[in-house]
Amino acid sequence: MDVSISLVKNVILLDSEGKRVAVKYFSDDWPGLSAKLAFEKSIFTKTHRTGARSEAEIGLLDGYIVVYKFISDLHFYVTGGEDENEIIVATVLQGFFDAVSLLLRNNVDKKNILENFDLVLLCLDEIVDGGIILETDANVIASRVAMRGANDDVPLSEQTISQALATAKEHFARSLLK
Amino acid sequence: MASLPPALKKDDDIDDDSEYSPFYGIEKSAVLQEARCFNDRELDARRCAQVITKLLYLINQGETFTKNEATDVFFATTKLFQSKDIGLRRMVYLMIKEISPSSDEVIIVTSSLMKDMNSKTDLYRANAIRVLCRITDGGLLGQIERYLKQAVVDKNPVVSSAALVSGIHLLQSNPEIVKRWSNEVQEAVQSKAPLVQFHGLALLHQIRQNDRLALSKLVSGLSRGTVRSPLAQCLLIRYTCQVISELGPNSQTGDRPFFDFLESCLRHKADMVIFEAARAITEMSGVTSRELTPAITVLQLFLSSSKPVLRFAAVRTLNKVAQTQPLAVANCNIDMESLISDQNRSIATLAITTLLKTGNESGVDRLMKQITNFMSDIADEYKIVVVEAIRSLCLKFPQKYRSLMNFLSNILREEGGFEYKKAIVDSILILIREIPDAKESGLSHLCEFIEDCEFTYLSTQILHLLGNEGPKTSDPSKYIRYVYNRVILENATVRASAVSALAKFGAVVEGLRPRILILLRRCLYDNDDEVRDRATLYLSLLSDEPDAAQDDAKAFLFQDLDVPLENLEKSLELYEPSERPFDLAAVPKDTKPRHQTEKKAPTSKEKKAAKDASKKSAEGGASNTFEAYEKLLNSIPMFAGFGKLFKSSAPVALTEEETEYAVNVVKHVYPGHVVLQFNCTNTIAEHLLENVNVAMDLIEGEDFNQVATNPLASMPCGVTGQAFVAFEKPEGACSLGKFSSTLRFYVKEVDPSTGDADEDGYEDEYQLEDLEITAADYILKAGVSNFRNAWESLDSESERVDEYSLGTRESLQDAVQAVTTILGMQVCEATDVVPSNARSHTCLLAGRFLGDTQVLVRLSVGIDSQKQVAMKLAVRSEDPSVSDIIHEIINS
Repeated sequence: MDVSISLVKNVILLDSEGKRVAVKYFSDDWPGLSAKLAFEKSIFTKTHRTGARSEAEIGLLDGYIVVYKFISDLHFYVTGGEDENEIIVATVLQGFFDAVSLLLRNNVDKKNILENFDLVLLCLDEIVDGGIILETDANVIASRVAMRGANDDVPLSEQTISQALATAKEHFARSLLK
Repeated sequence: MASLPPALKKDDDIDDDSEYSPFYGIEKSAVLQEARCFNDRELDARRCAQVITKLLYLINQGETFTKNEATDVFFATTKLFQSKDIGLRRMVYLMIKEISPSSDEVIIVTSSLMKDMNSKTDLYRANAIRVLCRITDGGLLGQIERYLKQAVVDKNPVVSSAALVSGIHLLQSNPEIVKRWSNEVQEAVQSKAPLVQFHGLALLHQIRQNDRLALSKLVSGLSRGTVRSPLAQCLLIRYTCQVISELGPNSQTGDRPFFDFLESCLRHKADMVIFEAARAITEMSGVTSRELTPAITVLQLFLSSSKPVLRFAAVRTLNKVAQTQPLAVANCNIDMESLISDQNRSIATLAITTLLKTGNESGVDRLMKQITNFMSDIADEYKIVVVEAIRSLCLKFPQKYRSLMNFLSNILREEGGFEYKKAIVDSILILIREIPDAKESGLSHLCEFIEDCEFTYLSTQILHLLGNEGPKTSDPSKYIRYVYNRVILENATVRASAVSALAKFGAVVEGLRPRILILLRRCLYDNDDEVRDRATLYLSLLSDEPDAAQDDAKAFLFQDLDVPLENLEKSLELYEPSERPFDLAAVPKDTKPRHQTEKKAPTSKEKKAAKDASKKSAEGGASNTFEAYEKLLNSIPMFAGFGKLFKSSAPVALTEEETEYAVNVVKHVYPGHVVLQFNCTNTIAEHLLENVNVAMDLIEGEDFNQVATNPLASMPCGVTGQAFVAFEKPEGACSLGKFSSTLRFYVKEVDPSTGDADEDGYEDEYQLEDLEITAADYILKAGVSNFRNAWESLDSESERVDEYSLGTRESLQDAVQAVTTILGMQVCEATDVVPSNARSHTCLLAGRFLGDTQVLVRLSVGIDSQKQVAMKLAVRSEDPSVSDIIHEIINS
């Protein structure tokens, strides 16, 4: 039995046509861009017809545990090794998915993700570090991404309405500036 | 050139807003231009952050930067540390990690990062630690070690975790530094923050993983204490299992240390811990059914969870348990059956294959009905898994071959890709080979299949099998139509194998020969060379009138090529067209690639045979060693009068590996004779051995008289040759004996560079290990499809029962193994596997004794707490004296 710490192989975010939106690989199992794209294509074709909308779905694809969940035009995937505890992999997916939902105020679609691409990257960075799970609690992840909770421990979900409005305004202004 | 963003290729039903992408038309060169704003005196933090986002987007899409581009971007990015903007700083950290600067560049950012490591903002500190540890090398680490050590015990979890995780990464490259943090890490393990505990535990384990005692202490300490984080608890379970497997069960009480801890984890509130513990218990070596029960119970609850992940995890684990302990999982069968209709096809497939393993014989038919509906809507890769499970089920319950074979032939007719079809055909081939009763129906299913088969490889494989097996069936003529249809309808490769198959029917079944000849004549006008060649060759072979010629033809058609193909290919390449024909006998028979010059004078027929035979073996089909031996022995005149070969043993090595001369022996048993075939290989390039003889002396036993020897004339390096010694023994008797043997030969020195041997040589000998003729040599493995029926049909008068004590044994498995090896009989109904921890077991054996007498054995064993094994052996046979002999074997 593998006694090493749980390791995440990759986190993948694809659009409704299977194209890459954001990805992060932590393992050398897929050397080079073409191997990575081939893996993404493979898991997309094997999963896009399934209804992983309300609950996360799972499969043993190409010899890896892949847990996935879809929302609007986005497909979230987290991959673990064949012998990994499936529920741990699912917890990472749930953490990523919920943190993104919190940060985007439940408006999770491809357009919003691309407009807030920096937040998605920071989110990935706060969840897994070099394959090791850093944090799985969506509230904590989201507040670290938003640089809140660094000094005052107010999770994002517990912000006041005015704070929330301010963040929303800021995002709105940003998209206008582009 | 920018490629079109996906949004432009959208479907009409996506509304217009989604066409907009902030990265529309993004181009690397343009973004690199934009990055110059990093050098502005007045930094626009927002703009810089946007440019970094664009750069990271490009990297994320798989864009790469040249060395120079990366260096430029890196230096520009380092300027951004001047800005106090929080968002920008975070992006700078990300950017530095993505670029991973070279070691001489790292120095530029070190001071900025070290400043951030001492910042008041904890998130800066955490990120600065992670970035610095990612890009740093060993030398720099010494400078910051003090900070890292402090960070490990920082009160803010984010800082502490960052330091611990970095420590885990650094342990690979700088173990000696990280090991100095032991005390701090130990403190972190006691932290109140769940994730800090998780990272601390992981690091502590890695530091101590080679110290068994420390590990055991760590586990026993924590398993009593409180672990807050479910992730950390999962780790603790893994480490506990490691300790358990190293300690083994307690020798006095039989209890496992820490098992109570694992069991208590089954009642944890987090699913991931429950599952980790349940899985750990099922994977323990030698797990008892008492230990297994609570774990199976929680997994069973998961089976009906609303979450697919839980169902999947549970069914996958139970599937693994079912491979070794099907009975333990049988309780879950009802839940499993409802999973067959699960939306998630992975879960459904796992459920089916589990059921196939746990099901009993009576449930097979019902299960097959359910699977038939299921098969139509799953992907090929799942279907293959199911086919393989059905194959092993059929081997387990040979009586059920009818319904299982029908199922396979039904799915063979459905749509499917090559891999899937191949899995089905392979399964049918195996079943035909293993279950004699299934042969005829299997063959006719395959015949139906090749009528409409789009895969050349499968068609040729099936035709080859039809040629070998079809003529031996009760009504060979019915296959001719299928085979000849192929000659009319298929491509050249299939036509050629169909012609070969036809010829085999003609060779074996005399009544069909005239009609086969007519069919073969029609193939003479085929437009493919190979098909015509084969037809011509077979026609001339089969048209010969005398019986002897027919035997030749038969031997030629059915013989297997006894030289490795790659050697043959090499020899053919070396062969230069000349007066001297190519000699198949000169092709080296060992697998080492070797160049050999040709010496003997062979016939052109052999050459053709080589060509044809090589094709035949390429068409598939495992070589039949017994037939090969039989043919080899029949070709030696002095053994021809011994009658029909009864059994050939597997080769037994008589020398250590990698000695000068490698020798193994194959024991061939005839009714009144035993022939020992010594396969000798010379591994010394400087020696040529001639007149190689084996001198044998009887050490034990009396019944053997040496009657003939057949020495090996010449034995150059690397070529395996055979020397034979034949013994006479009383007809039909099971004579046992032990021999000492010595290899005698004449050595000639060889100059390795030229390959020329000296004229003169000397005599030498080489001591071989002793060899024994055992009872198993007289018993042929011959399975029966239904042991009970076979047992009942034998006269109960012939039954001999006796009880034996086998003394102390490790396990029942051990005892069963030992007895089956001594008897050398075929295990029936997979009864050779003893469920672990079973107290008693019955194993069924079947075989044929010298003289073709059927003999069946019922072997019951039991073990007591002192590991004393008692055995009851019931033997029935067509000849009561054989039953006695079996008992004598066990007695001796």
